Amino acid sequence: MAEQTQIRPPGGAAEPPAASAKPDSAVIRDALGVGVAVGLSGFAFGVTSAGAGLSLLQTCALSLLVFTGASQLALVGALAAGGNPLTAAAAALFLGARNAFYGLRLSAVLGYRATAKPFAAHWVIDETSAVALAQPDRRTARLGFTVTGLTLYVLWNLTTLVGALGAGALGDTDAWGLDAAGPAVFLALLAPKLTTTVERLTAGLAVVLVMVTLPLLPTGVPVLISALAAPAVLLAQGRRERTRETDGTERPGTGPDDTAPQDGSAQIRRTTGEDRA
Amino acid sequence: MNVWIAIAVTAVGCYLVKYLGLSAPAGVLERPLVKRLAALLPVALLAALTAQQTFSDGRHLMLDAKAAGVAAAALALVLRAPFLLVVGVAVIVTAGVRALGG
Repeated sequence: MAEQTQIRPPGGAAEPPAASAKPDSAVIRDALGVGVAVGLSGFAFGVTSAGAGLSLLQTCALSLLVFTGASQLALVGALAAGGNPLTAAAAALFLGARNAFYGLRLSAVLGYRATAKPFAAHWVIDETSAVALAQPDRRTARLGFTVTGLTLYVLWNLTTLVGALGAGALGDTDAWGLDAAGPAVFLALLAPKLTTTVERLTAGLAVVLVMVTLPLLPTGVPVLISALAAPAVLLAQGRRERTRETDGTERPGTGPDDTAPQDGSAQIRRTTGEDRA
Repeated sequence: MNVWIAIAVTAVGCYLVKYLGLSAPAGVLERPLVKRLAALLPVALLAALTAQQTFSDGRHLMLDAKAAGVAAAALALVLRAPFLLVVGVAVIVTAGVRALGG
């Protein structure tokens, strides 16, 4: 669900920012388009979760209470493999951390009062952020956020229920190939993010790390180890860029704070990278 | 019971992360390195999760029909197929290969 960044609000992102008076119907159409398309993929989660051995109640609780798809799938996959519950939750939380950065940007755009924020927070995910941030002003941003959030929340939970019930009726979900749905979802979420060498290197290193450590470490831990690929690649990239810039006067013992490159091209990459978060 | 613990921790944690972003004063998480790391972390995790769930049962490395299904999904992605179709292709190819004894 939530992590599908390649689904863009049709029209919303393409329109020039100057078009300030965007009709409500256009905002609602954008929001419904995203909400329906992604909401339906809750079916894949329901099936995967039931196939992983979670009960109907547990599966539905995840969609109702967690409501961020990649985290839910990661948790279910780790539990199915027999992982420690806290290790499994850690991977899910790492994946959910990006929602904090959506929230930061939405906070300024939506301008909700402090009393409304605890309610709005539950819907801060990829799709609602994509739709809300594509709107020209606060009123349409709020409308887009609310319609996308409501549509997605209702559909995602309904299709989760249908998927979980359907998986029960199917019996052996593996025979139907449904165990491939989880990795396919992850791959579909990953693909649009692999735009520059930095992302590709990170993905490649993460795969190597998880494959090498999988036979050696307790279940669930290898995925956490693979997360180290991100700081490792950033560190290496920062070193390289600074070496190039300063022509060999690289400072030794660099802390992580020093790895942020300062040149203009990195600035652009940073900005676009953030959008794909 | 373990499953419920994991669900509770994930639900509370994921909610707090969302709320933190929406409520934090602007600038707290705006440091460039933090933002770049936040953008890159899902890339590493999604790649690792794809590989792990394709080539293992979570404990041991293995190669089965799932690999064919995920490869088909990758091809669908290259051909810019929509999300649900990508997942559908993976499921159908995996089931097909398995039915043929793969």
